[in-house]
Amino acid sequence: MSDEKQTDRRGFLADGARVVGVVSAGVLGGYLAGQRGQAEENRWQIDPDKCVGCGNCATHCVLDESAVKCVQCFDMCGFCNRCTGYYTLDGLDSRDTAAADLLCPTEAIIRTFVEGKAGQDFYEYTIDTDACIGCAMCVKGCALMNGSLYLQVMHDRCVNCNECAIAVACPSDAFVNVSADKPYRLKRVALGVMRQKAGKADTAAQKLLDQVHADE
Amino acid sequence: MAAETPDLMFPVPEFSDHPIPTATIPEVQGEMGPVLDVAILFAALCLASYFTLVSRSRRNVLLLTIASLLWFGFWRQGCVCPIGATQNVALAVFDPTYVVPLAVVAFFILPLVFTLFFGRTFCASVCPLGAMQELIAVRSVAVPRWLDHSLGLVAYIYLGAALIFAATRTGFIICRYDPFIAFFRLGGNTDMLIFGSCILMIGVFVGRPYCRYLCPYGAILRVLSCFSKWRLSIPPGTCINCQLCEDACPYGAIHPPTVAQTPGARRRGKRQFGFALIASPFLVAGFWWLGTTLAVPLAQWHPESRLAEQMRLEELGIAETTTDASDAFRGSPRSVDELYQSALTRRNDFVTLGGLLGAWTGLVIGFKLIYLSVRRRREDYQADRAGCVSCGRCYWYCPVEKVRLGLISDVSEALPAGRTPTGPLVQLTAGGKKP
Ligand code: SF4
Ligand code: SF4
Ligand code: SF4
Ligand code: SF4
Ligand code: SF4
Repeated sequence: MSDEKQTDRRGFLADGARVVGVVSAGVLGGYLAGQRGQAEENRWQIDPDKCVGCGNCATHCVLDESAVKCVQCFDMCGFCNRCTGYYTLDGLDSRDTAAADLLCPTEAIIRTFVEGKAGQDFYEYTIDTDACIGCAMCVKGCALMNGSLYLQVMHDRCVNCNECAIAVACPSDAFVNVSADKPYRLKRVALGVMRQKAGKADTAAQKLLDQVHADE
Repeated sequence: MAAETPDLMFPVPEFSDHPIPTATIPEVQGEMGPVLDVAILFAALCLASYFTLVSRSRRNVLLLTIASLLWFGFWRQGCVCPIGATQNVALAVFDPTYVVPLAVVAFFILPLVFTLFFGRTFCASVCPLGAMQELIAVRSVAVPRWLDHSLGLVAYIYLGAALIFAATRTGFIICRYDPFIAFFRLGGNTDMLIFGSCILMIGVFVGRPYCRYLCPYGAILRVLSCFSKWRLSIPPGTCINCQLCEDACPYGAIHPPTVAQTPGARRRGKRQFGFALIASPFLVAGFWWLGTTLAVPLAQWHPESRLAEQMRLEELGIAETTTDASDAFRGSPRSVDELYQSALTRRNDFVTLGGLLGAWTGLVIGFKLIYLSVRRRREDYQADRAGCVSCGRCYWYCPVEKVRLGLISDVSEALPAGRTPTGPLVQLTAGGKKP
């Protein structure tokens, strides 16, 4: 007799617990969904003004080939013949293009002659994104001059880990959360220039600005 | 244009016929991903529940397990997963500035709701971590009950720690110590690989070590599974108490029938229960105190606390070399005092949080003691409500099941030589012989 009663009691308890469980799951889900109205979903990004080019970006990403790549901000570049982001200090003098004289381990920087002017030669440095491994060698090199090269998490590659493994390893706390519809950053210096360009109906600059998160 | 350009060491030149280009950056990858993920998760949970409870097909469960491992594990690379989603949800609850993606919420909640109705079918054949261990559990040895129960507590403590670390943005430790993500992604840091390999090696001999002793999500599922509406039952009809299923379960999740209690044992049991009841508040208080003393090591998990520590050592001249982090900090506009202040505040927070974690630990231990001292009566072999992961191995071996499927005509055909069913109900089984 007491057996049946006990089973009944258990069944009742379990039913109650289940109702509580389902309701609280619903409330939690509703609450979290409601929060989305007030803020945006996030993505990981590097604040290029904080990055010190330590090299962890190349080695700590969970992806085999890091999701971080280098970006050239041409509007900050001096188009220098003696580029400290392109050459090693030895290479700078010889301006030889032997691999040993280049900073980039994967030869991902393409140097093209643009123009000779007032006895000076100008070169454009473009990043071959497929070859770049995000090692920041060039970023560190360029920081000696204009600092036009900077790293970004590329969102066609990044799987948006819960906890970005590079963010954990980044010594300069450079990883920030930005909203998913504007998931990139620019160097602060470049922001103004880019806005001017966009104002002059430069579609490329406008497109870039649309992708860039600016906190002001 | 030159006048408008910012301060640079070398001005951007103006070329006669070469406009300054603008770099292009790739768009965020498609939004289809999350919707598809949730749909597949839902379908997999439905299938898993159907296979374990309705069609009772170990083969299909196994096939689904492999499919889940391939999809959620190797194809989706173990992200997004309900286990890690626990942290996103915790962070979103405590920090409204953090927005958790809807897919992550769905991943967190769906398996919980399914467990409330069908038992741990998520563990059976949807979870890629479970799948990995399921497939390698080949030579399982029985873990002594006391050890099994004690180790089982670790998962709850891990859950508590993961929650406070996530809520304070200290780190997502569940993701950092994910056992198999390095295998899914075919590469990872050395710690991850070593940890994962250890779990795999242990997993050959001890069924599902991560699920049973570490998985924080499994810890929640265990509790919910106790209240599930339907759950896997081993014999489709009457149990003949042959014990085959107990030997088949690699996870020690099958309880044999209980024997009648002597009055002495009953008295002892009552005393134990009373003792556990009285001890629990003391356990909570004791562990709470212990937890508060752990504030410093707990706070050290936060990178900023470690940086503050390093800066201090450097300022005092104790640390001889600077680190990348301290160099970077000196180059940043933040002041050292601000850093120290923030680290001190965090340390104080962790006194409270450590205390909470301690109290939680005490509570879990107390609850376990009480739970263990309560006796339940069982007349046949039953799967443990909490521990059973619905893998379906047991009914694969159950002779009664085989009769149901028409594989054999008599239960005795499935019994190994020399083993006779001892159950009192043996004569009731379909085609069963009288002992
Ligand atoms: S880890 Fe941080 S500092 Fe190092 S290269 Fe990456 S963003 Fe820059
Ligand atoms: S030096 Fe490193 S970061 Fe720069 S382009 Fe080469 S691979 Fe990319
Ligand atoms: S979030 Fe993950 S994939 Fe993206 S950069 Fe960080 S570690 Fe790499
Ligand atoms: S389904 Fe059976 S064999 Fe599998 S865990 Fe549950 S009790 Fe053990
Ligand atoms: S195998 Fe089946 S009949 Fe044998 S003890 Fe287990 S549930 Fe009972």
